[in-house]
Amino acid sequence: MADISPAQNDPGAPVIVARGVRKHYGPIHAVDGVDLEVRSGELFGLIGHNGAGKSTMFKMMLGLIPLTAGEIRIDGAPVPGSDFRTVRRKVGYLPENVVLYDNLTGTETLDFFARLKGVSTANNAAVLERVGLMHAAKRRVREYSKGMRQRLGFAQALLGKPRILFLDEPTTGLDPEAIRGFYAILRQLKSEGVTMVITSHILAEIQERVDRLAIMAAGKVQATGTVQALREQMDLPLWFDVRVAPEDFEAVRNALGGLPVGAIEARDGHVAVQCARDAKMAVIAALATLNGKVRDLTVREPSLEDVFFGFSD
Amino acid sequence: MEFSQIATIAGKEFWDRIRNRWVLAVALVFTVFALSIAYFGSAQQGAVGFRSIEVTIASLVSLVIYLIPLIALVLGFDAIVGERERGSLDLLLSMPITRLELLLGKYLGLAGALTFSTVAGFGLVGVVLSAQLDLGSLFHYFGFMLSSVLLGCAFLSIAVMLSVFAADRTRASGLAIATWFFFVLIFDLLVLGVLVVTAGRWGGEALPYALLFNPADVFRILNIFSMEDVRTLYGLSTVFPPALARPWLLGLVMAAWIAGPLAIATWRFRR
Repeated sequence: MADISPAQNDPGAPVIVARGVRKHYGPIHAVDGVDLEVRSGELFGLIGHNGAGKSTMFKMMLGLIPLTAGEIRIDGAPVPGSDFRTVRRKVGYLPENVVLYDNLTGTETLDFFARLKGVSTANNAAVLERVGLMHAAKRRVREYSKGMRQRLGFAQALLGKPRILFLDEPTTGLDPEAIRGFYAILRQLKSEGVTMVITSHILAEIQERVDRLAIMAAGKVQATGTVQALREQMDLPLWFDVRVAPEDFEAVRNALGGLPVGAIEARDGHVAVQCARDAKMAVIAALATLNGKVRDLTVREPSLEDVFFGFSD
Repeated sequence: MEFSQIATIAGKEFWDRIRNRWVLAVALVFTVFALSIAYFGSAQQGAVGFRSIEVTIASLVSLVIYLIPLIALVLGFDAIVGERERGSLDLLLSMPITRLELLLGKYLGLAGALTFSTVAGFGLVGVVLSAQLDLGSLFHYFGFMLSSVLLGCAFLSIAVMLSVFAADRTRASGLAIATWFFFVLIFDLLVLGVLVVTAGRWGGEALPYALLFNPADVFRILNIFSMEDVRTLYGLSTVFPPALARPWLLGLVMAAWIAGPLAIATWRFRR
């Protein structure tokens, strides 16, 4: 595992620390020696294929299943430990495919979980308002759509103003507008100093939103860092989209001749050029010699998906 | 242990059964059966109407031994496995609650619902009959109601234990039905079978103690032994030594039948 986070991105002290964490089910090593640190106020992504060990790691961090070996600390307290109630009152959890009670209304659902968390029910209406469910507060959960259930599950996680949020596939079932609203709430929470750990299969959705992430595969953390740092570590090629007139396609090809570029593909109204990261400035310099034939230029970084497959495969 | 956590879970379980009319339905079943038995129990002898509390309780005991264990097992078989299968158990356990508190909360909420419907159902009949009963008879009837509640709580405890051990709801329901068959239909036959096969040479002295291993038999003995008129009507119960038939002792045995399965369930659930 390589932690290559730039030091200047450090937003605070570690609040979630995992050291040498293992979870074995007989011969199956679901989690196999994970070291992880999530810092205060950070939005931290945990990504991986199905069966990579993300959910097991989540459950161990929440104290739902015992560790085979290693140690997890939340805000300095061991998980599980005698101080578990204090820890859990600081934590909000939205499970993947959250299941709530069909016979309760939205308000009753939050009242029930607020009582379990030991927090006042007075703020429940504000929480429902925050996730956009105030209009359905008196309706039974059985009448909710999948997206509404997910939002109610999120509201449950926000009860008691938790300092740490665990969000397992939180945007499952949400429409694009609701997803935007969801991440707007995460931004607000981040500004309030809430630490968040999030998993998602929709990598495009989280790549611009997480501060750092860990890529898990085969029960191990393969890499940890910012998206940009992981891109650089993987050294994946960049893509240039060069917009030129069709008659100038050949001129672009000639200008790049001799440079360490990969594919050069003429597409609809532009030329796509793939090049190594360290050849980026040389390509820009070569294109600058075309004397105004280049109408527009876009540099595309490798996506998080490219990075993910680079590490996980 | 935080009692507020137990109360929160128990409150939800109890009010769920009130809201979905489970309590009302079960109470009505008890009322209708009890009234029918009280007024029409002697119809085969060519007479209708209430005759005596002893005969009524004796008939009700036969009914309750079949009905209450079944209702309790159906009520509790998916208490834990149902939450696990639906996917809501992880969310519950992520709260500041221990597994013991969750289990006790579930049990007490369900036991509350069962107790409420039993007391309401049979209590209503008690009120209807009260004009025709003296204080001693009322005391007998109250004892019958109390022992019915204990019987329900014992089988509910077994059901909750099964719900912790079972891998899924289907298996849990199968186990619950098998449990009902074993305790209500098979157990006494087995005990009698051993006696008959060995011509009474083996197991005769152990028989009264063997009956304590079945909460349904403990319930029967509790009710039958208190009434001279009907004691002779029953087979197994008549061979029960009076020294073992003290209500407080049988009450303790019933309490053990409640606490034992719950303790085993807690041990398993914590693992």
